[in-house]
Amino acid sequence: MDDQIFTLINITVMTIVMWIMPLQFVPVMIWLERKGSAIIQDRIGPNRAEILGFRLFGMIHNISDVIKLLNKENITPSSANRFFFVLAPFWSMTVSLLPLLIIPLAAPIELAGHAIRFQAVNFNVGVLYIFSITSMGVFAVILAGWASNNKFSLMGGIRSSAQMISYELSMGLAIVSLLMVYQNAQVGALIMAQGGLLTFFGHQIPLPNWGVFLQPVAFLLFLAASFAETNRNPFDLAEGESELVAGYHVEYSSVKFALFFVAEYSNMVVASFVIATLFFGGYQVPYFSTEVLSSHPSEVLAAVCVLGFIKCVLLGYFIGLKARQQATVFKKGVEKWEPYIFSAIFYGLAAAAIAGLVYAFTGSFAPWFGPVLTVLLQMGCLLAKVLFFCWLFVWVRWTLPRFRYDQLMKLGWKMLLPLGLLNLLATGAWLLIQK
Amino acid sequence: MKVVDRAGMKGAQKFYLIAVAQGLLVTLGHAVKNLLNPARMPVVFYPEQKKALPPATRGRHRLMKRENGSPRCTACMLCATACPAECIHIQAGESPDPEIEKFPERFEIDMLRCVFCGYCVEACPLDAIRMDIPDVTIADYTRDSLVYNKQFLMSHDNRDIVADYNPPRPVIWTHGPHARP
Repeated sequence: MDDQIFTLINITVMTIVMWIMPLQFVPVMIWLERKGSAIIQDRIGPNRAEILGFRLFGMIHNISDVIKLLNKENITPSSANRFFFVLAPFWSMTVSLLPLLIIPLAAPIELAGHAIRFQAVNFNVGVLYIFSITSMGVFAVILAGWASNNKFSLMGGIRSSAQMISYELSMGLAIVSLLMVYQNAQVGALIMAQGGLLTFFGHQIPLPNWGVFLQPVAFLLFLAASFAETNRNPFDLAEGESELVAGYHVEYSSVKFALFFVAEYSNMVVASFVIATLFFGGYQVPYFSTEVLSSHPSEVLAAVCVLGFIKCVLLGYFIGLKARQQATVFKKGVEKWEPYIFSAIFYGLAAAAIAGLVYAFTGSFAPWFGPVLTVLLQMGCLLAKVLFFCWLFVWVRWTLPRFRYDQLMKLGWKMLLPLGLLNLLATGAWLLIQK
Repeated sequence: MKVVDRAGMKGAQKFYLIAVAQGLLVTLGHAVKNLLNPARMPVVFYPEQKKALPPATRGRHRLMKRENGSPRCTACMLCATACPAECIHIQAGESPDPEIEKFPERFEIDMLRCVFCGYCVEACPLDAIRMDIPDVTIADYTRDSLVYNKQFLMSHDNRDIVADYNPPRPVIWTHGPHARP
């Protein structure tokens, strides 16, 4: 096959994958939000929707949500500006799906004479592309607020846009100091640079060369700013329900509301990907570079099997506990046996992981096996980091109360912005001294 | 906007992150404990498990009976007068017992209007109406079926209500959701 055609197919596939990725994460996020809030608040959480008696621990509720939203009446208020009213949710959705195109899922590999990369596009200005796209999200909020022709939506939209623009400054400053350290704005190169060990005046420290260790202040700024950018608690003033009903999407229903809803969650997924990529080494497995991983397939397979074994045993154990609780309530039928079945499946996967461990030390491997396994391990590593930050979004939401508007503005302009500027100054001085 | 500076917020306390981390640890503690021991969560699986209502619950109405089975009610209309929701409808008739002047020919309580205030019970001089049937899940598909008649109100036991009393349900509830009397 011609190399150019191969690259074209590669880019097309990766574009589709990275475009669909946030949409795939959204049901997981909604489930995590519901179940996470439940266990934080000593509740069981959703467990009633079922298909043939299978409840999948509340995941079926997502399907019923979709059916409900699609069946609702799609209202456009008579005095709304029709064009912008319809445009806003689509704008919001589009903007939230685009930034992931720049994030690599794994290091590029060489397979059968073809270079395969796991990144849709690789601009030299990659990091700036992310922020140029996400900063356009504010238009959706203000358009929705204004076009609804409703005072509550307008106030929600204005609040939200003021908040997003204020926090974009500190976000930008955090990124500038990070880029000063790595001297590069290309996302692929940025992740490559985070592969080694931390160097401190020529001494190596046993910590990965991640952005969070090089720029801890910038990380905190970025984290706070990304909570504000995605309109999440404690910065979700856009939908302060006590004073604004629901903020900028008061007038939206049915599919248009669903688009806003999905966009909010996929924004969170995008923010998690960006934090993981810029500050936590992206796909880099800590302490092990891509070359080391792809040249030691048996050790890598053993490590994957051990990690998989631990994960499956923990999941099987937790679901087993759940099953025992459920069996005291449901005396018969699928309701009683479903958790036991899932527990058994996970214990079975743990047994398969042990079999894989045995194979890792006895079997022989084809030359393509090492790179492919490395890619899978790196994808798993990135997704683990992303899932942790997704959980952090949920966790913080169900812990902290909402800021008051003046507190929010004070925090943004009087604390985070000066802190960002000081951090920039300190980083510059640091780089000068190190030279 | 006037901002009140709360007392006691100074130094490290004004630095949000410490308090934020403490709060996050509290919620994480709950999450982990609930994952490890689901039984510690103070919840019941509602339709399958039900908490027994206490004996003093103010629930559904019942009409008390005399020893010969006739209603204690003498159709004095005090309950219907006391009712703020005007949900009690009584039609008085001449009692077959020569000792008693009147008795209710019809005694209907419109549960759709009832506000469960208990004034009818307070008003009754003969302890003929009580609201102690421990059943608070009153729902049906038709309006007519939620107007309780004298026959149903008198179908309950005359004894005091104990915690595990299993009250009779109206016939319309027991014969399918859309069944009508």
